[in-house]
Amino acid sequence: MNNRLKALRAERGWSQSDLAERLGISRQSVNAIETGRYDPSLPLAFRIADVFGQPIEMIFLREDAGK
Amino acid sequence: MATRMSPARRRYTLRLAAGMTAYLITLFLAVTFLRHGNLTGPLAWLLALLPGLSVASVFWAFGRLLVEEDDEYQRMLLVRQSLIATGFTLTIATLWGFLEMFGLVPRVEVFYLVLLWFFGLGIGSCFNGGVGRCGREREEA
Repeated sequence: MNNRLKALRAERGWSQSDLAERLGISRQSVNAIETGRYDPSLPLAFRIADVFGQPIEMIFLREDAGK
Repeated sequence: MATRMSPARRRYTLRLAAGMTAYLITLFLAVTFLRHGNLTGPLAWLLALLPGLSVASVFWAFGRLLVEEDDEYQRMLLVRQSLIATGFTLTIATLWGFLEMFGLVPRVEVFYLVLLWFFGLGIGSCFNGGVGRCGREREEA
């Protein structure tokens, strides 16, 4: 699953650590999600959506999106 | 960048230290009273079991860590690490068992499997670290 975490973070000037703190998870976990090595559970995906104030589908994209 | 230890990890470290301290103390007592003393009966059984139970407390601590860790990605890494350790231990135990059955290797005490499992945790940790460093990782700008 692709995601726009890095871009959304950059827009707000947040580091991975800032986002991790807001989500209550480790920076390593943010990095794993951001780089696509780990797909978050639905509850965590909703928390991420809440932190960015956007719907989930605007943050997480299907692998085949845009094809 | 240094990673802060989660509260669950801190509790695990404390439980691990307590378990290992209990192991050292009970092993010393067991060797003193059972091997060099003449203790018999139920007390001897209890004393002989205590070092093993102390080691078993480490497995309990690891289980609690899996339950108490809030970070789901960290939890997934721990599960993978323990599965690798278990697979490694069972593979070595199976291979050694057959070699032992055909008289090709000497008999080894079963409790050494615990050491293998801990070694397997190390392998699992390396595997997790290796996956973390593989090509797709992009550090933050």
